[in-house]
Amino acid sequence: MPGAVLEMIGVSKGFPGVRALADVDFRLFPGEIHALMGENGAGKSTLIKVLTGVHAADAGEVRLGGDRVSVTGPQHAQTLGISTVYQEVNLCPNLTVAENVFIGREPSKAGAIRWREIRRRAAELLTRFHVDVDPGVRLGACSLAIQQLVAIVRAVDISAKVLILDEPTSSLDRDEVEQLFTVMRRLRDDGVAILFVSHFLDQVYEVSDRMTVLRNGRLVGEFPTADLSRIDLVGHMTGRMLSTLEQLHVPEETARVQAEPVLKAQGVGRRGSIAPFDLEIHPGEVVGLAGLLGSGRTEAVRLMFGADVADSGTVALGGKPVSLRGPNIAIDHGVAFCPENRKSEGLIEDLTVGENIVLALQAANGWLRPLSQAKRQELVGRYMTALRINPADPDMPARNLSGGNQQKVLLARWLITQPKLLILDEPTRGIDVGAKAEIQKLVVSLAEDGVAVLFVSAELEEVLRISHKIEVLRDRRLIAEIGNIGSVTPEGILEIIANGTTS
Amino acid sequence: MKAVTGHRLFWPAAVLVVMLLANLVVTPGFFSIQVRNGHLYGSLIDILLLGSPLMLVALGMTVVIATGGIDLSVGAVVAISGALACYLISGQEDQGAVSGVLVAVALALVLSAVLGFWNGLFVARVGIQPIIATLILMVAGRGVAQLITSGKNINVNSPPYKLIGGGYWLTLPFAVIVVAVVVALTGLAVRRTALGMLLEAIGGNAEASRLVGIRSRRLIVLAYTFCGVCAGIAGLMISSNISTADGNNAGLWMELDAILAVVIGGTALTGGRFTLAGTVLGALVIQTLSTTIYTTGVPPQVTLVFKAVVVAIVCLIQSPAFRAKVFRRRARPAAPPPASPAAADVEVNA
Repeated sequence: MPGAVLEMIGVSKGFPGVRALADVDFRLFPGEIHALMGENGAGKSTLIKVLTGVHAADAGEVRLGGDRVSVTGPQHAQTLGISTVYQEVNLCPNLTVAENVFIGREPSKAGAIRWREIRRRAAELLTRFHVDVDPGVRLGACSLAIQQLVAIVRAVDISAKVLILDEPTSSLDRDEVEQLFTVMRRLRDDGVAILFVSHFLDQVYEVSDRMTVLRNGRLVGEFPTADLSRIDLVGHMTGRMLSTLEQLHVPEETARVQAEPVLKAQGVGRRGSIAPFDLEIHPGEVVGLAGLLGSGRTEAVRLMFGADVADSGTVALGGKPVSLRGPNIAIDHGVAFCPENRKSEGLIEDLTVGENIVLALQAANGWLRPLSQAKRQELVGRYMTALRINPADPDMPARNLSGGNQQKVLLARWLITQPKLLILDEPTRGIDVGAKAEIQKLVVSLAEDGVAVLFVSAELEEVLRISHKIEVLRDRRLIAEIGNIGSVTPEGILEIIANGTTS
Repeated sequence: MKAVTGHRLFWPAAVLVVMLLANLVVTPGFFSIQVRNGHLYGSLIDILLLGSPLMLVALGMTVVIATGGIDLSVGAVVAISGALACYLISGQEDQGAVSGVLVAVALALVLSAVLGFWNGLFVARVGIQPIIATLILMVAGRGVAQLITSGKNINVNSPPYKLIGGGYWLTLPFAVIVVAVVVALTGLAVRRTALGMLLEAIGGNAEASRLVGIRSRRLIVLAYTFCGVCAGIAGLMISSNISTADGNNAGLWMELDAILAVVIGGTALTGGRFTLAGTVLGALVIQTLSTTIYTTGVPPQVTLVFKAVVVAIVCLIQSPAFRAKVFRRRARPAAPPPASPAAADVEVNA
């Protein structure tokens, strides 16, 4: 093997109250795809931020091509040959693909930008990476996957030694992930060193050559992917064996009392987002929504909460017909909703953890009837303990929590209101294995207590593991409803999605 | 030390103290306060009195900014409120009658509330961007004020009205007492109820607030209405102080001073977290600056430039990003780049 292109030796980094990285070694070789693994809060982001110069390390050194470097910022990292593409694409959606590739370094002649040159070179680059898109198209009009690929093309064209991909796949569907992997493999074969962060174990195993595992800011080890089984990997990441995951059985299909459904929707739809559909959820029932990205899962559940307003059909909550003109009405009837997009639609990052937790209850009470200080502390404390929100400091700004803990804060926010129907849109996306299992367990136990849960997830295994009934969506249409009896498999559901028929 | 410098009110307070001390150096008697005829006199009292209208206007502005909005019309509302009160009083046979003054004051405040409510409706119901919605009243409001005064200045001679902006009560200027009461009541209203938290939630993330069931529309309307009332009271003070309603110049550019006071106080223009105490400090900083300009005899032709320079410096000192840069530059020569823990510490904490 040639020498490492990038090396970190004994790197440590602390923040007030947290030791984010402790004496971590890390090596990245040219021509490899290297996965950085760890739970939320294990130090992956900090490691990347040290590499890109966002944070300065407290101790240790970073070597690039054998020479010690001190990266002062993302711009500097880029000139050194380290480029990063984040989960949220940091490009300008209002400019064209070609403009985005060359923004900030436009080829120019006598002060005038050479537009033709930009288009020609962009087209060349895109073809080289097999990205099938017209360079003259507005970036915002492209799918997320294409936007991501454009960001990668841009990053690689600027400097091509080290490419860091932070959660690039979390909002892509299967085909798009394949497309991304093709580009990644091509770059690897060209000798680029790729650092890849993803929560999807399947993808890590599919694409990576080696991996480095972190836990609690410490290095657990560096492994060739082929030599490390998944069970061992998860064991290394969590520091415990997968007991919580296995404790969850497929829920038994007990004869639930055919009580009044908590929610009964008939012919509910919204033009341009989801075709009219029927849906019924009973107390204590977990209904899973399965379907590919963009199949209308989110659109469907948003109608059930009044987050968007339906233009056809009727909804009855607890047996009474209700006109869902807005979230307030749904909330008044005991419906709770954790949106897919935690940061932009759920959490209020300015407020503290405690304030975020009591927000829904306080909003329902109105501003004139504040919760007493004692009551508030009691509630926040109880739910922070019950959901194991970490760090257990209610006065910390919510923005400082890791993804999994932010999700738990949103869950706590709604559990305090004691909802009859809990709608969870991708509650486990982008969070680590441990927190994921905890949330799944919570859903099962809530259902046992009689709460109805409407559960959206892109992971079929997860949907199968916890739901009693599965609604399958395709192309913004609900195409099948299946009871989750033992014989249902992820492959079976995939087949329904692919063929559009119940087998 | 870090606990002190890290407090959100530290920088506005520090700036105010430095300005006052600078005045003390130039004018040795600056801090002296005397009792004359049972009234307190002195430069510090003057700053409080002259700064009263701005403190009120900025207080209302803070609440509006917390929701993620802005109110450009406060200067116009100041003019309208003063104009209406003076117009009503001047039309009375006995301008000194307390009951007549009370009616005039009440009507002026009701009108201010209505104007604020109007702004709120535009923003929350119609969905116009706050800066545009309030720009309408900012422009039209001056016209309304001139309409009320028929384009002339209205002079009044009413001792009870004079009390509001120029009188004394319990040895203190009455206006200062009014400000103290309004600030205290507002503080109680936002922090003892859930109002403050809900306003911060709306300003922090409007969509998340909607999905959590906060009835943002009525809270936003409430904030603008409150802002209108604050501007109305300020308008009464200004016209009362000079016993004249000047539809043209009363409260002119005051919206900008108010926004500046809010920002100096440490509330971000993007909305979310706000601090009323910070705003009061911010308003006092601006008033102290104006007073300084007069007492130190800065030539009139350079006042505006002088003010702008000081404000720019204050804003830079307030900015954490700027402080981080300055501190980093100072820390570097002391500790060489290969991040010694001490250097890194300064960068994180600064």
